[in-house]
Amino acid sequence: MKPIRDGYGEGLVKLGKVNKNVVVLDAGVSDSTRTEWFKKEFPERFFNMGISEADMVCAAAGMSTCGKVAFATSFAGFLLGRTMDQIFVSVAYSKTNVKLAGSHAGVSVGEDGPTAQSINDIAMMRAMPNMVVVVPADAKEAEKAVFALAEHKGPAYIRLARSDSEEFFGDNYEFKIGKATVMKKGKNAVIIAIGVMVKEAMAAAEILEADGLDVGVVNMSTIKPLDREAIIKAAETGVVITAEDHNIIGGLGSAVAEVLAEEKLDVAFKRIGAQDRFAESGPAKELFEKYGLNGKHIAAAVKAVAKK
Amino acid sequence: MEKLGASELKEKGKEFRRTILKTIANAGSGHPGGSLSEIDILTVLYFRQMKYDAKRPDWPERDRFILSKGHGCPGLYVVLAEAGYFPKEELTKLRKIGSMLQGHPNNSTPGIEITTGSLGQGLSVANGIALAGRLDKKDYKVYLILGDGELQEGSVWEAAMTAGFKKLSNIIAIVDNNKLAQDNYVKDLKDIEPIDKKFEAFGWETQRINGHDYEEIIDALENAAKAKEKPQLIIADTVKGKGVSFMENQKGWHGKAPNAEQLKQALEELK
Ligand SMILES: Cc1ncc(C[n+]2csc(CCOP(=O)(O)OP(=O)(O)O)c2C)c(N)n1
Ligand SMILES: [Mg+2]
Repeated sequence: MKPIRDGYGEGLVKLGKVNKNVVVLDAGVSDSTRTEWFKKEFPERFFNMGISEADMVCAAAGMSTCGKVAFATSFAGFLLGRTMDQIFVSVAYSKTNVKLAGSHAGVSVGEDGPTAQSINDIAMMRAMPNMVVVVPADAKEAEKAVFALAEHKGPAYIRLARSDSEEFFGDNYEFKIGKATVMKKGKNAVIIAIGVMVKEAMAAAEILEADGLDVGVVNMSTIKPLDREAIIKAAETGVVITAEDHNIIGGLGSAVAEVLAEEKLDVAFKRIGAQDRFAESGPAKELFEKYGLNGKHIAAAVKAVAKK
Repeated sequence: MEKLGASELKEKGKEFRRTILKTIANAGSGHPGGSLSEIDILTVLYFRQMKYDAKRPDWPERDRFILSKGHGCPGLYVVLAEAGYFPKEELTKLRKIGSMLQGHPNNSTPGIEITTGSLGQGLSVANGIALAGRLDKKDYKVYLILGDGELQEGSVWEAAMTAGFKKLSNIIAIVDNNKLAQDNYVKDLKDIEPIDKKFEAFGWETQRINGHDYEEIIDALENAAKAKEKPQLIIADTVKGKGVSFMENQKGWHGKAPNAEQLKQALEELK
């Protein structure tokens, strides 16, 4: 078990060693986002801009016009919520080489409550032209994604979670932007999941196996550009479920639904996620139970739609 | 409501410190440092300065209070419970599922005017309340507490300019100037001083006080409440984690709950 944000912090340190153009910015939360690890190694390439997210995002854009690969980091909600227009103009439209990293995304943030539980960040970033959107499922994938995003020239958003996550991937895992990973094959249904929900989807598949259902799990770690082939393949089972720690409007569920509709794929379909409402303060585990986000709920959803 | 004097208020403040720590320890998470630095100001506001009726949180004539640095809500909740906005038992449910006391203030809780928790929004809301009050010919005051780190948010300065320009003299903003933000000291992160000169240039009147000295807090608030021309800023020099030796002025106590042993020691010190 390891928090996904730790993989981001480690990835930055490794990347900093091999790429001298990498700079890291933070907005006063470097202890939580793990960018303080980069600061320790490369103090001259680290910029703590203070609690000034909008200022940070445009400064990152400025640095990138001088050849820097700029990682601008904060809690997802504040990083994006406070800077939509800065991102729209100085990052997306300007196609600057800025990587936005939002930690503490989703209901899984827990006790800090809804002001800190970003549940619409993916929606905001999906609707931003030129933006790549990545949601790693574990710390290693986050580390690999940091390298892939640095390779990619242009704007990107990487969504990180606070809580501990299962460790799925090892050092030889190859992360490719736009490529989904099949975590488990299955004939009766496929759960397409992102981030901390991959672990919940795996738990659901296990529950369903005991019920005699062979259910696959796909880790859709890039939401934009979306791996359409992986969705078309999943649809062959006739049952597709999406699982995200994000509003079901505008996130993974919506993205998958768009492909299913455009490709005229006739499947049973359900979106697991925040049901267009704010959650509350509480331990992440209890919130997942109350708001229908854990493996049990995913399993129940698979059964309910598979029956119809 | 009878007006309490400095020494009685000070006693109350001490009890609040103890309750804050017990409440956060029981929740298992939360922000002790900024709750302990702001509590003396909150004590004077709610038990001497402000006009309100806890049984009628929506009384139109009430003075308003906004905790712009929303993460300091354990301090506010303890004071609101004592004032009678909700039963004290609610404090034991802070940050637990189904509780009315959220990790950051939400305006469904009695006594909370507006949701905060994302820094840099409170002063603009205060401006709105002050402008509406002017329109409706009300004479209430709008009090708010800002964090010193929070002053790094650009939106605070848009709001400061609005209040100065519109001469919103019924706004009384207090900066909990505890010199620390989350991951660093404010002066190392991005220095915000001179706070007084900045606000004065934006059309405010300012005072600077020791935010733990009850006489000074009382005087500054009474003085500010007399203002007729300009919005009022009180820069309250405070100590983050005030009253607990191992928390005072320490980076690590921004957003962490004390464990059982630390709580015991802290309560011992606050006897
Ligand atoms: C817009 C926004 N950015 C970042 C945060 C995360 N955060 C919570 S408290 C805090 C430090 C605040 O410091 P200060 O205002 O000085 O408060 P205090 O010292 O009184 O706790 C930060 C960065 C936030 N809540 N909102
Ligand atoms: Mg402070």
